[in-house]
Amino acid sequence: MVPLSYYLGLSAILFCLGVLGFLIRRSIITIFMSIELMLNAVNLSFVAFGAYWGKLEGQVFVFFVMVVAAAEAAVGLAIIIAVFRTRETLNVDRVNLLKL
Amino acid sequence: MLHLILFFIFAAVCIAAAINLLAQSHPINSALSLIVVMGSLAVLYLLLGAEFVAAIQIIVYAGAVMVLFVFVIMLLNAGTEEHTGKSYVAWFIGIPSVIALAALVVYSLLLHQGQTGNASVSSTSTIGSVQEIAKLLFGKFLLPFEVTSVLILIAIMGAVVLAKRGDN
Repeated sequence: MVPLSYYLGLSAILFCLGVLGFLIRRSIITIFMSIELMLNAVNLSFVAFGAYWGKLEGQVFVFFVMVVAAAEAAVGLAIIIAVFRTRETLNVDRVNLLKL
Repeated sequence: MLHLILFFIFAAVCIAAAINLLAQSHPINSALSLIVVMGSLAVLYLLLGAEFVAAIQIIVYAGAVMVLFVFVIMLLNAGTEEHTGKSYVAWFIGIPSVIALAALVVYSLLLHQGQTGNASVSSTSTIGSVQEIAKLLFGKFLLPFEVTSVLILIAIMGAVVLAKRGDN
């Protein structure tokens, strides 16, 4: 039997690692993967709370989060391809103008 | 007891892979670390009795989304990350804030640890079965479910339009 607080602690640690990666990494793809890490951390706390209260709504919400994450990954990676095509770089420090 | 041992093993794997994601300089290594994170999270979902979520975690996340990531990394021939000037706002405000947030959350969890019980389910309960989830998804949550299908459609069209080569 695992206490609920262990799951929430793991979720918090993963979320903070995701935020840290978002802040310190400069490659746009790695920044994107940090966002996925944060979404996964939130999913873990949804499932843990769902199991704690004996409710299935938590798992249904995880399903919706996954749908949003998949849509976000598709659109975001398409944006990365479009940015790379015009700038020839993946470094976010070099992508500092809105115009082409 | 077995649950606790498995939890600690896979939580350790999960955190180690997440740290490796941040430490690696090549995006493909980060992507493979993220797959390890998602796989060990799927095991934790199984421990919580959420078989359906564990399955779609492997199929959708570790399968589809990460294949998309690896595909884009290889398509763009993304090399080792170059080190440009550090963002001072990120280093001197962001990182202390993240550490403060982590410390606050862990402290509050430890403070209220006695009030919360165990998050594991008994083996006889039907919680987590696909049938029960389907009843919820196509009953109570039917409208959000339909809205997500529209969202997916818009995402597909957006991805095609954005990634399309051309002047217009």
